[in-house]
Amino acid sequence: MSEQMVKEKPERAVIVPKQNHVLEVKDLSIYYGNKQAVHHVNMDIEKNAVTALIGPSGCGKSTFLRNINRMNDLIPSARAEGEILYEGLNILGGNINVVSLRREIGMVFQKPNPFPKSIYANITHALKYAGERNKAVLDEIVEESLTKAALWDEVKDRLHSSALSLSGGQQQRLCIARTLAMKPAVLLLDEPASALDPISNAKIEELITGLKREYSIIIVTHNMQQALRVSDRTAFFLNGELVEYGQTEQIFTSPKKQKTEDYINGKFG
Amino acid sequence: MNRKITDKLATGMFGLCAAIIAAILVGLFSYIIINGVSQLSFQFITTKSSAIAAGGGIRDQLFNSFYILFITMLITIPLGVGGGVFMAEYAPNNKVTDFIRTCIEVLSSLPSIVIGMFGLLMFVNLTGWGYTIIGGALALTVFNLPVMVRVTEDAIRSVPKDLKEASLALGVSRWHTVKTVLIPSAIPSIITGAILASGRVFGEAAALLFTAGLTTPRLNFTEWNPFSETSPLNIFRPAETLAVHIWNVNTQGMIPDAEAIANGGSAVLVISVLVFNLAARWLGTMIYKKLTAN
Repeated sequence: MSEQMVKEKPERAVIVPKQNHVLEVKDLSIYYGNKQAVHHVNMDIEKNAVTALIGPSGCGKSTFLRNINRMNDLIPSARAEGEILYEGLNILGGNINVVSLRREIGMVFQKPNPFPKSIYANITHALKYAGERNKAVLDEIVEESLTKAALWDEVKDRLHSSALSLSGGQQQRLCIARTLAMKPAVLLLDEPASALDPISNAKIEELITGLKREYSIIIVTHNMQQALRVSDRTAFFLNGELVEYGQTEQIFTSPKKQKTEDYINGKFG
Repeated sequence: MNRKITDKLATGMFGLCAAIIAAILVGLFSYIIINGVSQLSFQFITTKSSAIAAGGGIRDQLFNSFYILFITMLITIPLGVGGGVFMAEYAPNNKVTDFIRTCIEVLSSLPSIVIGMFGLLMFVNLTGWGYTIIGGALALTVFNLPVMVRVTEDAIRSVPKDLKEASLALGVSRWHTVKTVLIPSAIPSIITGAILASGRVFGEAAALLFTAGLTTPRLNFTEWNPFSETSPLNIFRPAETLAVHIWNVNTQGMIPDAEAIANGGSAVLVISVLVFNLAARWLGTMIYKKLTAN
């Protein structure tokens, strides 16, 4: 964790985290005004694994995801109670530098949202803000992150043309690449493939599987086949509550709760 | 009546409305140009105006119009864009900002003569400057600022929320996001707004009557020191603009060729605004292309 992430020393001693957990969510409740969207969620997120969040629309899974890098701060009526510990530090605390936090916990959105700039500038946008000015270093990071996002071969000859000239699937991989360029520890993916065609979808899934060696990934998805294919652990949300959480295989083959089984078998949602 | 006929009728009605607007515009434009074009010559725009004899030009007035426009935009654009960005990005949603927004709307619909009177009290009498270019420019700023704020606010708000979220999610601060994502995306709309505002400034007469005055001192176009009394760049001198001059020769001019001067002046005014619009539009596209690598 970078030193700048904490504006001031936390009041209490930093708890040494369990080695295999990157995030520990403790009794998290999220409200929009008076409406409670997430109810008392407790959940440990494994390091270097893919965790899938599934559940019907409006079940709170995206709200939950957007709270992990404090994107919900943008919504004035939203507020969260409880704790999310990242390397032992409560990231919901007032002493957190949100800008630095988001550099460590990156996010990719449902709809590809490249900046209307060149492919190169899309990747360097945040790097330049972070203070990197050296052209050689920038070039290197651009190549490295595009390679990781499996896009380099397709765009290496036109790095300075507009990102908007790419196809939807390429744009989404560019969005992943620019997030990877910040070298985050955690990647939050909010239905990253739902707006894409099946071939692009498959490429993104392949990419996610490859990335988990280096990153801890949390993915929200509506597609249960996708959750089954890419994730190690699955959490099922319903009406803002975490109904069941466990190994993906176990959730899909022998769920403990009736509601999980009904949802997985397509009885509702 | 069946749906097909209704549809055709509606299409026809809208087409008619568009045709009426276009006809008025083309009619007005060609009337001004046809009447004024015979007067247009290099000599007309490079000769000093005459008070009594025929054959005067509009050199000083034309220069004054552009100069006041330039000074006004120099004040309006940074303030207006700053205010617009604040209203769109930083201002909280509460009664105070609602009130400010209402004030901006009222201000933008004030008659220009009222702004002129306000300018007279504020920038002529209170400051003790007398009739000056800067006084005129400040009055026009009052007149223009609300439009600029409104246009910028709308332009910033119409940038897709996705782009802002994308930048923030990468760990980029709000200000850097505004500077490198929101403002560049909003530039074409901001430029269009600035053009519309400029057109208003360029053709404005009422607000300038009492602030920049009806006279122009003897100007020496070889003296470019802005502090010199005779320099055209001196902002503390009175300045009659082209629009004011047209009004002036029409209502109280003693020159025998008043009508010809007014016609020629109008043509120059209209053509200037047109050229100005096209140039600014081209500039906006260029800036946008440069910023977005399209």
